[in-house]
Amino acid sequence: MTIQFNDETFRGDYSFKNSDWAIQRFPFPFHEDSYMYSVNMEQHRGGPKGSIYEKRFDVDEHYLAEMRDRAMVLDDDPLRCQSLPHMTLAGWDLLELIMVSKSEDYPDLFELHRNGDQWRWINKPMGIDDSFTFLDAATLPYGPMEYITRQAQGDFAVLDQRDDNLWMDAGMITTQADWSLDFDIGMNFFEWHAPVPLAHEKGIFVRALKFLLNIQQGAPARRLNWTMTVNPLLDTSPENYHKWGVQKTEITPENIGSKQHLRVELQTFFRLPRSNALVFPIRCYLCNFQDLMSMPKWGRRLHRVIRDLPEELATYKGFIDNRPMMLDYLEKFDDGLPTSPGIWPEFETEPPLQK
Amino acid sequence: MSGAEKIDVTVTEIVPVNALVKRFKFERRDGGLLPTFSGGAHTVVEMKDGDITRLNPYSLMSDPMDQSAYTISVRRDDEGRGGSLFMHNKVSVGDEMVISYPVNLFSLDLRAKKHLFLAGGIGITPFLSQIKQCERLGDAWELHYACRNAALGSYVDELTAAHPFEAHVYYDDEKQVIALENLLNGQPIGTHVYVCGPKGMITWVRATAEKLGWPREAVHYEEFLAPQPGKPFEVRLAVSNKTIQVGKDESLLEAMERSGVDAPYLCRGGACGQCETRVIDYAGAFIHRDHWLEDDEHASGEKIMPCVSRFEGKTLVLDR
Repeated sequence: MTIQFNDETFRGDYSFKNSDWAIQRFPFPFHEDSYMYSVNMEQHRGGPKGSIYEKRFDVDEHYLAEMRDRAMVLDDDPLRCQSLPHMTLAGWDLLELIMVSKSEDYPDLFELHRNGDQWRWINKPMGIDDSFTFLDAATLPYGPMEYITRQAQGDFAVLDQRDDNLWMDAGMITTQADWSLDFDIGMNFFEWHAPVPLAHEKGIFVRALKFLLNIQQGAPARRLNWTMTVNPLLDTSPENYHKWGVQKTEITPENIGSKQHLRVELQTFFRLPRSNALVFPIRCYLCNFQDLMSMPKWGRRLHRVIRDLPEELATYKGFIDNRPMMLDYLEKFDDGLPTSPGIWPEFETEPPLQK
Repeated sequence: MSGAEKIDVTVTEIVPVNALVKRFKFERRDGGLLPTFSGGAHTVVEMKDGDITRLNPYSLMSDPMDQSAYTISVRRDDEGRGGSLFMHNKVSVGDEMVISYPVNLFSLDLRAKKHLFLAGGIGITPFLSQIKQCERLGDAWELHYACRNAALGSYVDELTAAHPFEAHVYYDDEKQVIALENLLNGQPIGTHVYVCGPKGMITWVRATAEKLGWPREAVHYEEFLAPQPGKPFEVRLAVSNKTIQVGKDESLLEAMERSGVDAPYLCRGGACGQCETRVIDYAGAFIHRDHWLEDDEHASGEKIMPCVSRFEGKTLVLDR
């Protein structure tokens, strides 16, 4: 498979666009017509061919544009990438995991040649061909975590495991849904999740932590999470809220279809072998409402989910003010017909819109 | 499928280390590389012993960066249920076995300025891989290793030859004892202490460290319990709708597995918490042996860890 990489932006003129291929494989996060938190974990061992679940680290048409956007964010704010001193070994673990996975899963795009500690990494899309000594950070232009995550889509939280807890001790966070690595660095699992409403009361985090602590080598897991973003912005950080927050007021009934994006995170979890740390890649996928509505099932379902979502969640996810306008738009794509279970669009079998 | 991922291996070397301990080397059957791991990790070895399948955890003692082979050391326990006797008497070079991916419940705290290792007897094995990891990464470490006598001091010669300044050995029969208070008091700030050995040693180290004001987070210990034999008992598994018999030489977890019930597990030694099971009803007495549940949970009669704990009485109904 050869991927045609888009020349596009996630800022300024927002020329980001999903091809038909990208829309079909978009990870629509609702498996039924309603939504509530759950520990919705499953094993991350491939998935339907061509789907975003198929490879360990999905590479798609947005790869080069996302890497350019990340470099710009880091230029403006180097603290988006931090690694506490004891996390260097985990950084090497992550570098190895991504290099091995990508070179095996996309041999036409990435190559890894290893001779003992002497490694050569070739990233064809980005035009990189580097030789270095494994575990010798002086032979790389950045620390190992920063080096490899400047070449991998999605954010990466690298969590130390100790005292029966997980600690946010390293990360590359530039495409986040309104949380800050610089604020959370050094926090434990309960501390960094403290702002989330409803889930604590439901015991979600106690169960989720127990699950995560027991993720073992060779058995990665995954889940989907979601929120809403106006304009195709990757960097919706608290640090830049003054730039993007105001854009939520620019939605109108005329532009909502193209400007309002469903933001979905494919979250995966891998045990890192040498450090016993856990890496939590958070891969962001964006799709605007009008592209989502090209799938009748998603049109019906998104309306029902947004309509019935508890107020606390709509507030936490930052779209409570725009919900009425969203519902006016989405309602036109809900004819009341039943939907099939599961997240896949079922375009061939789902009936077309009846109104 | 419960437990960690499996790896098909061949036994490629068996070395008698001394009168009680044998070392086994495993290589992948498909010729590929084994996963790297972190010092202190264990593997669960599957033993087909007649009708019984035993799954026993053993610390990996080889270099974590060496992907060509794993090694473990097994101490023969003549009083045990037979897992170590099986390894000693029935396993030969060339045998095909199944082991699990590495699982680490005793990992180094990588924030430590120095690692202080305290080993008792066969409890030396996790430290052997941790020492190799420390050497590779340039971390400061020191080992204090108590053995019964020189003849049973597994790997003493190798350790003292390679690390004359870091490795300190104590022989019980020569009345040599670790001067624990002095040792703990003399450590630089930021030292983490790790202990692996008999229960009494672990209790001694934890209590002494606490008395001397060590932070709880800086004291790490690993005690794998082997399940102990006991009186046979009957269990009702409510979810599976089965009534099973637990034999005198098998654990409750093993009896569930033998009956085709896929119960969760990881360490099989009462430490990790994976197999925790809710008790629906009982009339009798629990023999709790794990160190996962708190004392009040043991007393409550609401939970049991089937990997090491047993039951004596009339009725036991579990939520499994």
